Amino acid sequence: MKTIFEMSSPGRIGSSLPILDVPASASIPANLSRNGEVGLPEVTEGQVMRHFVNLSTMNYHVDKGMYPLGSCTMKYNPKHFENLARLPGLSGIHPLVPEDMAAGTLSIMYKLEEFFCEITGFEGASLQPAAGAQGEFCGLMLIKSYLESIGEKHRNEVLMPDSAHGTNPATSTLADCVIIGVKSNEFGEVDPDDLREKAGPNTAAFMLTNPNTLGLFESRIEELTSIVHEAGGLNYMDGANMNALLGVARPGDMGFDVCHLNLHKTFATPHGGGGPGAGPVACTAELAQFFPDPVVIQNEDGSYSLSKKQNSFGRLLAFYGNTGVLYKAFAYIRTLGAAGLREVTENALINANYLKARLEEYFDIPFNNGPCMHEFVLSGDRQAEKGVKTLDMAKRLLDYGFHAPTVYFPLIVHEAMMIEPTETEGLEDLDAFAEAMISISKEVEEKPYLVTDAPVNTPVLRLNEVQAVKELCIVEPPDEEEQ
Amino acid sequence: MSRFIPNRAEHFEKMFRAIGVEGISDLLQSIPLKYQLKEDLDLPDPVSELELQREFEGYAGRNTGADKICFLGAGAYDHFIPAAVDHVLLRSEFYTAYTPYQAEVSQGTLQAVFEYQSMIARLTGMEAANASMYDGASAAAEACLMAMRVTRKQRILIAGSLNPRWADVVRTYLKRDDFEINEIPFLEDGTLDLSIAAKLIEGGTAAILVQYPSYFGLIEDLQPIADLIHEHKGLLIVAADPVALPLLRSPGDAGADIVVGEGQSMGIPMSYGGPYIGFMAARKKLARKMPGRIIGRTSDRADQVGYVLTLQTREQHIRREKATSNICSNQALMALANTVYLSLMGESGFREVSNQCFQKSHYLHQKLLEIPGVSSVFTDTPFFREFAVSFPVSSLEIHDGLMEEGILAGLPIVELGEGVMLITVTEKRTKEEMDLYVKSVSEICRGGGR
Repeated sequence: MKTIFEMSSPGRIGSSLPILDVPASASIPANLSRNGEVGLPEVTEGQVMRHFVNLSTMNYHVDKGMYPLGSCTMKYNPKHFENLARLPGLSGIHPLVPEDMAAGTLSIMYKLEEFFCEITGFEGASLQPAAGAQGEFCGLMLIKSYLESIGEKHRNEVLMPDSAHGTNPATSTLADCVIIGVKSNEFGEVDPDDLREKAGPNTAAFMLTNPNTLGLFESRIEELTSIVHEAGGLNYMDGANMNALLGVARPGDMGFDVCHLNLHKTFATPHGGGGPGAGPVACTAELAQFFPDPVVIQNEDGSYSLSKKQNSFGRLLAFYGNTGVLYKAFAYIRTLGAAGLREVTENALINANYLKARLEEYFDIPFNNGPCMHEFVLSGDRQAEKGVKTLDMAKRLLDYGFHAPTVYFPLIVHEAMMIEPTETEGLEDLDAFAEAMISISKEVEEKPYLVTDAPVNTPVLRLNEVQAVKELCIVEPPDEEEQ
Repeated sequence: MSRFIPNRAEHFEKMFRAIGVEGISDLLQSIPLKYQLKEDLDLPDPVSELELQREFEGYAGRNTGADKICFLGAGAYDHFIPAAVDHVLLRSEFYTAYTPYQAEVSQGTLQAVFEYQSMIARLTGMEAANASMYDGASAAAEACLMAMRVTRKQRILIAGSLNPRWADVVRTYLKRDDFEINEIPFLEDGTLDLSIAAKLIEGGTAAILVQYPSYFGLIEDLQPIADLIHEHKGLLIVAADPVALPLLRSPGDAGADIVVGEGQSMGIPMSYGGPYIGFMAARKKLARKMPGRIIGRTSDRADQVGYVLTLQTREQHIRREKATSNICSNQALMALANTVYLSLMGESGFREVSNQCFQKSHYLHQKLLEIPGVSSVFTDTPFFREFAVSFPVSSLEIHDGLMEEGILAGLPIVELGEGVMLITVTEKRTKEEMDLYVKSVSEICRGGGR
């Protein structure tokens, strides 16, 4: 499709402002003035709408169909919450107004902190992190600050299983820590003996996703978190898979000291094509004293204020947090209540196990020793022997009108396909997806070219990623006449 | 069962049979019994859509700051947003889509963000841009980390005239024993003291981070700063206000190596601080060192033009502990908001936004200086949209007095003096509102004094 720049013609406008009502008497010194035009397009409002609506039709999205992306929890995003977050009183407020003039927002945030404490079994929550990865950074900074406060600053090792999300090691590097890998055992769970061997006087933290990225609850969790505590380290839970635990079990009860939540996964706020999300952190009282600035507190008279913790480790964003996202998560919890949240998890588990049962005849499922939690991991090994890779099957699913699962992750499974249907899919949707997967597995046997040539029913065919890197073109080159 | 869950008892029966279990408790068996919650969570009773609507209207009503005449800025700005922006953002196709890893069914998001990158590069005068960071402050912090990676030096000089909240974020991201951050103080006119900078820079400095215009709205010549840091083989990072850029010499033209900034001003509501968007642009030779996602143009098997996430080997899901950043989710929908906004305003419209902010802020500044006892804090330095003045009474007195007229007067900056206020004028403010501001201030100053 043409770019918006190619639709430009001099003199077209897409918006208008009131005429300047003061004298235009000020001017910028010549040496500080811009030389030439910016190069923004000149198009009408109608052209802008048509361009972006046409672009939008080339997107797959949750309101169109199922998104079985493992560890991404692509559930339905309630429409009402979009309207609520856009109420002028909530969306139109400047972050630096005096606190009594933002009383509504602050009371939502205070209550949301309490909700997250209750859901996770912790004593404090910070809503500042903008996404899961920033939540991880926040969590490690809390741990480091705490260790320093008790004279254990030298601890700089972060233990993590080989099945960890890529953000875990990347965050550990950002937090100036060293990564120590821990093996998984034959059941797909962390090997307690290996953890015991690696935990020691330099252990700062153990980062664990639970349920893990194979969709399995770490059944020896008590032993694991105890090993780390006995070695003097703290336990961090990556909450990416919290959709498996709502109202069922709480990280705070299992020996974890801190966790983050992905509101754009578990709490139904939309992904927006890659963001914005929100990654609040919940933790023990010992760690909460180091929260980033600011936090919401309730005063004796019942009013709310922003406050800086005396021992705060610093600040992660210019302002309070991704407030517009937080409103929607609050609305979700208010809509569902305790029983509703538990139903979310129960249905997520039933849906995942049903799909697993429907597919296990057709695909290899490593570590399949019983029920899974909210997701499961298939291996495309059987199909790879026929010359069809997992990537091909993922692309073929697009032709069937589904989004692909998460592929090639976790790294400990060959040709991995990680499937998470979420609770908002009905039996009919699950059956349709299972039929598509089964049909593809038959194509692999009978007409493999259909799979390796896929996709063919999409707005574009398979794209050349190597060319994108080699002939790097990441911005539209400036127009000829401007050069 | 909630309105978001489709399955009912009849479905469960069939599903449990297929799975080969009796019921839900069999699916929870891997969670040790002692950790399985026996009771419901302690949360308020659920509410219907209508009740929640009323509840939220109550919260919104208690945000009394939302309908005031806003002269507050300092990093978040009350700009006009054309209605069409939200119509695009509310397309399910955009806001309920995932990260565009499956490019063949994500061309909408991918091309829109490619256009976003192009607009950011053009505004900043750079050749490369990424797909967004969390906000301007965290983008500035990531730019410092990037400069340290590129130069293999471990000291950053930050301008004393940098937004203090941004400086806090930079310090937090760079909080390591082997990293050093020094602050370049500013002179009486608000511009940086380059003689001190020249001393601080000695012995290996990765970058200077300067805000343009500064926290106090001042427009400083970037060229001498660029020359200084380049002489010492470091990089110039400019934290630029995009709304000022149609009028100002572009940071790229003035010698910047990395340009970051806050994109909230371009079609995103203030929403009590977020979600906003940080942008990052860089020289072409630094493109492969940038953090975050980057969209690239390529072609498909039939040679049609298409777009993909590119240079992914920099990123956490591939490179893990050696990634250029840990960022995964970014602010993609906000990038779309910026792109739609800039398309609607266009070349002349965005320049007009910039010009009106400039002219109106000078009008208010001039009128305030005509009040006896009111003075400019940084005389003679050009400014954009935002300025600091000193009142003969305390800034809190001004603040409270103007509040009676429904005006948010600005941000008191007590560090610069008891009567100092940072005042912002966007294109949304009218002459009438500014005249009311001036009238109220003169009354307070006449009645009060010290």
